[in-house]
Amino acid sequence: MLKIAVNEINRLFDAIAAVENLYLPVEKGGEVEFGAYSADAKVRLDALQTVKSAKDMFFPFSENLMKFHVEGKQISVEAAEKVNEEFVVFGVRACDARSFSILDKVFLADPVDTYYAARREHGVVVSMACSRPEETCFCSAFGIDATKPEGDVVTWVADGVLYWEAQTEKGAALTEKVAEVLAESDSAAVEAQQAAVKAIMEKLPLAGLDLSYFTSRPELEIFKRPEWTELSSHCLGCGTCTFVCPTCQCYDVRDFDNGHGIERYRCWDSCMYRDFTMMAHGTNRKTQVERFRQRFMHKLVYNPKNRDGEFGCVGCGRCLKKCPVNMNIVKVAKTLSAGGEQA
Amino acid sequence: MQVNEIEKKEYTPLIVAFCCNWCSYAGADLAGSSRLNYPANVKIIRVPCSCRVNPLFILRAFQRGADGVIMCGCHPGDCHYSTGNYYARRRMTLLFSMLDYLGIERARTRVEWVSAAEGAKFAAVMNEFAETINRLGENRKLRDLRCEK
Amino acid sequence: MREIKELLVQKINELLDNGTVDRVAGWKAGEFCYDAAPAVFTKENIDELLYNGFCGANQSKFLVNAATTENRILALLKPCDTYSYNQLVKEHRVDPSRVYALGIPCTGMVDVNKIKALGITGITGIEEDGENLKIATIYGDASCKKCDVLLERCMVCKGKNHVAGDEMLIPDEEAPETPSCADRMAEVARLEAMTEEERFNFWREQLSKCIRCNACRNACPACTCRTCVFDNAKSGLAAKVNNTDFEENMFHIIRAFHVAGRCTDCGECSRVCPQNIPLHLLNRKFIKDINEFYGEFQAGADTTTKGPLTSFTKEDCEPSIVMERGE
Repeated sequence: MLKIAVNEINRLFDAIAAVENLYLPVEKGGEVEFGAYSADAKVRLDALQTVKSAKDMFFPFSENLMKFHVEGKQISVEAAEKVNEEFVVFGVRACDARSFSILDKVFLADPVDTYYAARREHGVVVSMACSRPEETCFCSAFGIDATKPEGDVVTWVADGVLYWEAQTEKGAALTEKVAEVLAESDSAAVEAQQAAVKAIMEKLPLAGLDLSYFTSRPELEIFKRPEWTELSSHCLGCGTCTFVCPTCQCYDVRDFDNGHGIERYRCWDSCMYRDFTMMAHGTNRKTQVERFRQRFMHKLVYNPKNRDGEFGCVGCGRCLKKCPVNMNIVKVAKTLSAGGEQA
Repeated sequence: MQVNEIEKKEYTPLIVAFCCNWCSYAGADLAGSSRLNYPANVKIIRVPCSCRVNPLFILRAFQRGADGVIMCGCHPGDCHYSTGNYYARRRMTLLFSMLDYLGIERARTRVEWVSAAEGAKFAAVMNEFAETINRLGENRKLRDLRCEK
Repeated sequence: MREIKELLVQKINELLDNGTVDRVAGWKAGEFCYDAAPAVFTKENIDELLYNGFCGANQSKFLVNAATTENRILALLKPCDTYSYNQLVKEHRVDPSRVYALGIPCTGMVDVNKIKALGITGITGIEEDGENLKIATIYGDASCKKCDVLLERCMVCKGKNHVAGDEMLIPDEEAPETPSCADRMAEVARLEAMTEEERFNFWREQLSKCIRCNACRNACPACTCRTCVFDNAKSGLAAKVNNTDFEENMFHIIRAFHVAGRCTDCGECSRVCPQNIPLHLLNRKFIKDINEFYGEFQAGADTTTKGPLTSFTKEDCEPSIVMERGE
């Protein structure tokens, strides 16, 4: 294990930024988001979470796919350049770190999404263990260890010192590049913190969230539960939950007519929107109840069914914090589990 | 012709003028037939009434490369539809104030009342507005980079 | 608050029993002590109704879709909600004959995000203790002043008087006092006093946070278009993302403009914004301008007065006033 004092942390950031592009939680307009490191960036490692999740780094909010240039009757196509430089995402929490493997199963499965694949190939994830979880956290329900996140490198901040440990080959390669600013260390402080945080995790109000109902009952039975109507009664149909979610993966591909050609881009889409999967014949889901049900069925039922029991949720708690009408996956899970016939 | 098809080579400001069909467009016509000069980079878009001008029109003109946007209509009280320009007046006042609030140069937008008989006024207004925009330079704050060639 | 809750439950039961209404739009307890989610109740589950210092959500927009049945729905309206309600009635979006509006008193609603911003996290319990809030967390106890963590709208409270309602739970004169009101235009004036460049930078920093989730639009009681211009593929503007800073500006200017003269300053847009963009400052700018140029106007104060953008006077100021101001 290696270490560096937190008050010297800029030396580490400068060392990483000297060899790779570095992204980390920075404050902008009062909110923390992953952003590029610079000397005057307001780095906020103390923030438990960014508003948008770290998926933004690999599956960005919006990205250009190609451009069509029109010159008279000639149309030429220019593909957008894929990411071809190494970059480091620093300070990814355990929940977000797990979300990458859920996204991988979608984007890296055949047919491979080459834009996503390029970012995954070139991105190095430096995760950071949680030291102060909040009441909205329930990552433990998905077997995530917040005190030892996944990632190429894992870091801990304890007593003013940042501890660093490489977990993969990619992580070891990065460690080598910045080794000169890091010093050798034992792991006593880290272990003490891990034990303390684990004790807190057990005390969190949502720690014992039981999702077995969704994997034990038939899909159609859950689908037909009458509770969906009441659960969705106040859903505004906004995209907040989907846009802050680390595992939501739906996107839309759109064209922008810039007057001298077309720019094709893809951007996050939300199954909560009325025009989601709109087709020539109209839309599949005509009411908000159907749209609402789709989102939670996807996360709690279809995902485990099709992906070896893995839920489409990592328990980050962002939807619990951000939903304008305080509806969220925990309430859905609890309501359906409580009223459902037990297997 | 669409606004965005107009080629911008070296910097000549592009000015979009929304003119109502009944007064200002006729005023522009009179300026032309009276051989009064006004800048060629003023592009006129004819609208049925100044009241037709939606705030989106103004914003989209900026998006598509305008450096200044001016709206011309009948003098208050002379609207072909009696009251259209009164509504337009309130709307534009509030919109311009909002643009100013967002830190966008307030001199880039303007409203002038030009009657069908005021060809000379039309030319004078356009000359003066073009000069203002020339002085301000390129619109950087409300442009859309994708629309630049 | 406790006595009010008892009175309220009594009143609701009375209205349900005598058949005046068959449903109640209220708030329900959720996962956390500060979690009061809007919900609909019937006779069966009315005992789950909650009314405490976290019931900030404005219920009036919900009535657009809910108040369409034969039987009336009971709407619990705080004083500020009645302005939104009036505005919806005025615009024929809510049929008042299908609603039974009950005015309920309010002493200010707490914004839990403001508590968290003080560094108080891991909250497990919040108790009102006079002017203070006693907060229990997994990291120990904490406290803060209630007046410091109220919702933005409560900081500039419109007062305890209801402007609509079929009945009042308690007469407005006897209602408890609302929080003291700060100057709601102070922040707008501060921005106006900045230089153009400072204002531009301020709004760029704020609006560039926008993730275009549409929460502001969908929560807004004034935004009731069936298809928004930004969702309408034929408008040429439909997009699900702000690709450029122009689109960020456009979305928010147009949204604020569309509700100008109709916005009651209920503050839902800022309350629901996941990025905490001070959207109310855009709406308040329009309100301030309308008040200055065309005379004091409060949207939703009644159901008959014409709005400032659907009326005019021949003596209105010219748009050039914007150029002349502050020079």
